[in-house]
Amino acid sequence: MMKELKLMKGNEAVAEGAIRAGADGYFGYPITPQSEVMEYLMAEQPEKRTGMVVLQAESEVAAINMVYGAASTGKKVMTSSSSPGISLMQEGISYLAGAELPCLILNVARGGPGLGTIQPSQADYFQSTKGGGHGDYRLIVLAPSSVQEMFDFAFLGFDLAFKYRNPVLMLSDGLIGQMMEKVELCEQLPRTTYFDRSWTLTGKPDGQERNIVTSLDLDASRQEVHNQHLQEKYRKCRANEVRYELLNTEDAEYLFVAYGSSARICQKAIQLGREEGIKIGLLRPITLWPYPSKPLAELAPKMKGILSVEQSAGQMVEDVRLSVGCGVHIEHFGRMGGMIPTPEEVLENLKKLLITK
Amino acid sequence: MDIKDIIKPENLVYQKTPLMTDKPLSYCPGCGHGTAHRILMEVIEEMGIQSETIGVAPVGCSVLAYDFMNVDMVGASHGRAPAVATGIKRCWPEKFVYTYQGDGDLAAIGTAETIHACNRGENITIIFINNGIYGMTGGQMAPTTLIGMKTSTSPYGRDLETMGNPLKMTELVAQLPGTCYVTRQSVHSPRNVRRAKKAIRTAFESQKEKKGTSLVEIVSNCNSGWKLKPVAANEWMVENMFPFFPLGDIKVDGKLVDNQ
Repeated sequence: MMKELKLMKGNEAVAEGAIRAGADGYFGYPITPQSEVMEYLMAEQPEKRTGMVVLQAESEVAAINMVYGAASTGKKVMTSSSSPGISLMQEGISYLAGAELPCLILNVARGGPGLGTIQPSQADYFQSTKGGGHGDYRLIVLAPSSVQEMFDFAFLGFDLAFKYRNPVLMLSDGLIGQMMEKVELCEQLPRTTYFDRSWTLTGKPDGQERNIVTSLDLDASRQEVHNQHLQEKYRKCRANEVRYELLNTEDAEYLFVAYGSSARICQKAIQLGREEGIKIGLLRPITLWPYPSKPLAELAPKMKGILSVEQSAGQMVEDVRLSVGCGVHIEHFGRMGGMIPTPEEVLENLKKLLITK
Repeated sequence: MDIKDIIKPENLVYQKTPLMTDKPLSYCPGCGHGTAHRILMEVIEEMGIQSETIGVAPVGCSVLAYDFMNVDMVGASHGRAPAVATGIKRCWPEKFVYTYQGDGDLAAIGTAETIHACNRGENITIIFINNGIYGMTGGQMAPTTLIGMKTSTSPYGRDLETMGNPLKMTELVAQLPGTCYVTRQSVHSPRNVRRAKKAIRTAFESQKEKKGTSLVEIVSNCNSGWKLKPVAANEWMVENMFPFFPLGDIKVDGKLVDNQ
């Protein structure tokens, strides 16, 4: 069969991915640089293609709570936004995690803090991987670094969300969302018609117990048991769901650690470095949580230095340091506020921070 | 005749609906929530729609509504019940979906969600309990607190100049074309309980006929928050709440009622 190839924006690819992954619903609110997600869905009319519902909410707060309601019935639903909007959703995300509801949340991140800029940024790493909302919870965080992965991770995201009954966050950025690349599309998956009555709200069947979906338990001892259950689930995620990619690490003396759009920039910087005889490799975390600490710890002793490259003031570098420990030279290089570093700039900083220093 | 001769199935004139669980209510003695819960569940039982109904509980005194209402239920975050209900209803248009919210939840923090769900004409039923105060958190001023009414955050009475006016959300949403049935009721007397139940039935029938959003406000007492005995609280409600929040239908079959 002929491959179905299409030139798409990242934001369009994730929308098409959601339709083809058999999503039941999308609830969102416009914000730059991700508005194409809902625009694409509205134009495609997935209600006619698969029966998928698309609704423009009155706010990000409403959108995430629509997701919460629909997810409580076992439906496969998602939302998307960009940094300030994702901040607004944090309460709802905490409720989703507390009530153990599966859903997919896409952040096409932009520069902050505050209203910030509309240009790409990776400054939402802390928010994505270390909470964001209140309470002891984790999101499974996927970091696409190509338009293809924007499409593919819609499928992976929903799979993981339902496997663990946990919200999955796709942390993209304005660069991946806005750029156009070739995408290989896969076939349409059917929308699910089976709903697991052990937890979903579909109306209490005659003769069966009703279901309640809530994150509330006023009894502290039971709430602690619930928290222990969540932590056990997160341990399973850590054991089973770490994903990462290695590039040119076999003979590398220096290592970039970078995800998303920064990983793409590092790929070019590696090429430029190797042309000058500097052997650089890349570890690209695909899951930002659970973080690929183990493979990074195994690689680190072979390196003369590690550079964490992020479009932030240095957020992921904390996880790099936690993974690797002492004895390895670790530095961070990043641009902030929507500025995108060039490959030359990245290579220059590797030399400055790790070699000549 | 012994009492045991009377307690027989053939002599049964009234029993608790099985749609109310056996869990003791968490509400203060004298509060209207219990009656509102019961008539809501009776309507769902009488319509035979228990297996097709999904309820949304709010944050406030009725945060634990799902402990008492024997239907599939989800607990929403504060004020967001209409958005949660929207998400459910859009994905399951054939189910009956209702929210049960207090005045702080519906008319303060959830104002945007309430107005927009009503304006979209989401085919859901909103049960709105208005007692003019935040009961669960200990009697603070609500968006529906009357001018001059004392609460823990308006200890000298609600001051119009600095605290603004009480909000008539029900009249407000009745203006929106998305709503089909909007009414204000109470549950402080047998007659009013019967009327309120009939109103809830009308609201669910509207949902069945896919007419749009239906909202039933129930003006209720909060004897604990108002610091009155239950009977006195109901008397105070009749004297003070009803003149500002008059009972009766505001919109029927998508048309505003003339006397409003």
